[in-house]
Amino acid sequence: MSWSANLAMTLPEIILSVGAMVLLIVGVWGGPASTRAVSITSVFVLAGASLALVGPASTGGVAFDGLYYADGFAGFAKLLIFIAAAVSIVIAPRFFQRTSGENLRPEYPVLILLSAAGMGIMVSAGDLITLYMGLELQSLAAYVLASFMRRDNRSAEAGLKYFVLGALASGILLYGISLVYGFSASTDFRTIAAVYGEAAASGERNLGLLFGLVFVFAGLAFKISAVPFHMWTPDVYEGAPTPVTAFFASAPKVAAVALAVRVAVDAMGPALIEWRQIVIFAALASIILGAVAAIGQTSIKRLLAYSSINNIGFVLIGLAAGTAEGVAAVLFYLVVYVVMTLGSFIVVLQMRREDGQPVETIASMAGMSRTRPGLALAMAIFMFSLAGIPPLLGFNAKLAVFTAAVNAGLYPLAVAGVVASVIGAFYYIKIVKVMYFDDPAPAFAGKTPMVEGGLITASAILVSPIGWALLAPLGVWTAFAAQALF
Amino acid sequence: MNDFPILSVMLAVPALAAVACLYSGAERARWIALGATLVNLALGVLLWVNFDLSASAPQWQFSEYAPIFGQFAWALGIDGIALLLIMLSVFLMPICIGASWTAIQKRVPEYMALFLIVEVLMIGTFAAQDLLLFYVFFEAGLIPMYLIIGIWGGANRIYASYKFFLYTLLGSVLMLIAMIYMAVTAGTTSIPALMEYDFPAGVQTWLWLAFFASFAVKVPMWPVHTWLPDAHVQAPTAGSVILAGVLLKLGGYGFIRFSLPMFPEASADFTWLVFALSAVAVVYTSLVALVQSDMKKLIAYSSVAHMAIVTIGLFAFNQQGLEGAMIVMLSHGLVSGALFLCVGVIYDRLHTREIARYGGLSTNMPKYAVLFLLFTMASIGLPGTSGFVGELLSLMGAYQVSTWVALICGTGVILGAAYMLYLYRRVAMGELVHDDVKAMPDLNRREMWLLAPIAAVVLWMGVYPESFMAPMRADIATLVERLDRAKPDGDSRPTEARADAVAAQAQRIEAAQNTQAAHGEAH
Repeated sequence: MSWSANLAMTLPEIILSVGAMVLLIVGVWGGPASTRAVSITSVFVLAGASLALVGPASTGGVAFDGLYYADGFAGFAKLLIFIAAAVSIVIAPRFFQRTSGENLRPEYPVLILLSAAGMGIMVSAGDLITLYMGLELQSLAAYVLASFMRRDNRSAEAGLKYFVLGALASGILLYGISLVYGFSASTDFRTIAAVYGEAAASGERNLGLLFGLVFVFAGLAFKISAVPFHMWTPDVYEGAPTPVTAFFASAPKVAAVALAVRVAVDAMGPALIEWRQIVIFAALASIILGAVAAIGQTSIKRLLAYSSINNIGFVLIGLAAGTAEGVAAVLFYLVVYVVMTLGSFIVVLQMRREDGQPVETIASMAGMSRTRPGLALAMAIFMFSLAGIPPLLGFNAKLAVFTAAVNAGLYPLAVAGVVASVIGAFYYIKIVKVMYFDDPAPAFAGKTPMVEGGLITASAILVSPIGWALLAPLGVWTAFAAQALF
Repeated sequence: MNDFPILSVMLAVPALAAVACLYSGAERARWIALGATLVNLALGVLLWVNFDLSASAPQWQFSEYAPIFGQFAWALGIDGIALLLIMLSVFLMPICIGASWTAIQKRVPEYMALFLIVEVLMIGTFAAQDLLLFYVFFEAGLIPMYLIIGIWGGANRIYASYKFFLYTLLGSVLMLIAMIYMAVTAGTTSIPALMEYDFPAGVQTWLWLAFFASFAVKVPMWPVHTWLPDAHVQAPTAGSVILAGVLLKLGGYGFIRFSLPMFPEASADFTWLVFALSAVAVVYTSLVALVQSDMKKLIAYSSVAHMAIVTIGLFAFNQQGLEGAMIVMLSHGLVSGALFLCVGVIYDRLHTREIARYGGLSTNMPKYAVLFLLFTMASIGLPGTSGFVGELLSLMGAYQVSTWVALICGTGVILGAAYMLYLYRRVAMGELVHDDVKAMPDLNRREMWLLAPIAAVVLWMGVYPESFMAPMRADIATLVERLDRAKPDGDSRPTEARADAVAAQAQRIEAAQNTQAAHGEAH
């Protein structure tokens, strides 16, 4: 394959990396004054990268001798990632502007761009080395983002915690990779799959491969914050500046899940029986812990952190099915999840006191339906949708993963998951209760800016029954994307 | 007429009105809501008038079909059973709006919008012909009811709203998994197709249990009925009316539409369970109702007892039982709705539901006392009222299957008379002792307009039930035919009919028909 064809397939990442580097130089020369220009340009860079997905970048196939896959699956995930990243850039300036201390600096959009490039590489990884490269590029940018408010103790703590635990997880993952490499003599996904296939066919248990698989999945579970590797999530989500939290909860989750799906299906597909047990355990544990632990939370950001753990559990049910239908359900769930999560976090962004300081307690949302009816309505839609109540789209997402699980014959898993979802519903409706039934707390100050209001409205409409119009095309698209892996 | 998507229009009218309400002031929202519900009532009447009752009529009428994605479709259509329940919904809705006219003063536009959404969802549930569409409508009803109870409810409303939401959600999610399984196995989500699909008996058991979990909570059956008294007591009057009037019927409708025709063998296997729970419910909740000091709670418990009569009728597997169950559902929808309105009327005046605070209302509120008495009698099942027709048929049906259960549930009628008459005596009879009660004015014109139509229909259903039985007769017959293969053996041993009596009866019928025919020719 020619060099230029390879480059054409990796065009989105090239645009992002070059864009990030150029903007970094601009930021260094321009200083804080250039923040606005850099932010706007980086949104355009992301838009350019999304446009570059059309063509060889999502249809090309294998690039760089198997190091990189440019298929429909990667294209779908990347589009979602780039959109989420762009939203995270758009919502940032006002947050930092009105929060005392640190102002927004041009590094913020640049770091998000680098992270997005890393995520692009992750979802396109066709080789364990590419996988690790992408993952680390994404993570290192994310560690810095978490501690972006340098003089804020909680932000610094979040960054440090994320870094230490993230490094540990990377170590676990790397150890797993080394085991897999040691016993399969390759880092290429297709070769590894063949080795797993041979092992499965021979009927003998290859402990080295098995351990490798377990460690790889443990490392990935950390990145998607699945139980039991979820401990960092609430602390990091709470400490990080809210726009960063919104970013963490959306784009990297999509990337990590897509990566896990690719590793599970592409590299370890023949070992379905082995990894399915891990995935099922992680799924149920995440759903139950995410639901139970959220009940006692008083901070909305921590609650949303547990909610994301809970949601990852449902995503994993789709993966556990191990079929093309299951993967399509995963992708569909991710789309809905990203919309709901970004929407909720933008609502949280609007919560600030008279002096402009952000508030994060659930109690401060009391009576929001009377002080800020529109905002409360949007939040209620997101909450009911996260709880999976029809006719909101969160229901369709859950329906998709459960259908995949039932189709794969995993009845007990489906029943356990759906029953546990009722526990989760409790804390979502608790938020609605606080907003609608309680007596009003002091109203939040300030008006919702146009852009953020528009984003909230758009996401609320997307998950509302009006969004049903998108179900048919989205179904076709996710099925097409999932088919790329099988 | 057949091309006009009347069911979709009936869904669209309140949905659009709900949006309009949100953008209006209090007074305009009230009128919009009333107008929309009246339009829907008119459409409902149109639906009934155009419903083809002839023998050659198709079972499913007014069908609409538009695919959404996969097998999932916007499929609507009704048979006689659904028609009657839709009629019940559209009939009660304007009354609910009227009942909230002055009682609800805060956040009126939102309140009206939520009620209109409830109406959309109820009609949708009864009209849905697609399994998942049904589930969407069925489950979505939780959101508005949760908000109605939570925002406009009484002192303990938050507990009640949580309990209502989580109880019903837990029941329904199991049904969702069963529905997914059915859709996957049968390869269709069309309800009419699934009603003719035979699942293996072993699978039926599990599916039946999953559906039972949902419908038993909705009905509600003992021992999962405990959410109902809480929800009723805390909900605003109109909320109670709609809860008792229509939402409880979703459970009965679920049994008749899903459990029985789709899983006949499993239904037969579990008849003992339904009968046992119903028998306990009738006796237990009637006794509990007897000792209540809160009027709404008393009526709530009586609802559980009445719904138990519905479930025994449904699982009698014969025409009388099923028709009786349907009539009890319709009758209970009207009567308990009316009783909640009666409570609402005096609650609006005195702001307490404590029975002991009233007494002697027949002296200063004669009109009220008459209507209250009528509904009390209908609740007991006095001949001439709707309650009698349903309970008699239901118990007759049950008798053919289990004489013991019919006997135990028969006591429900007696106990019902006990607690309802006791309630009536304490509220309406006796001396007027409290000064504030003495000062209470009689029904005003608005309240008359709410109660009088219900009273008229209750009497109509009691005197000429044929109007209500005709639309569903063919559908029930189809169902009985389908259930025939699994029909449990009854323990009733009716004595052999005397041949001469039968012949005499046949002669009389023939003679009557001849006279009728002669009349017909004469005209």
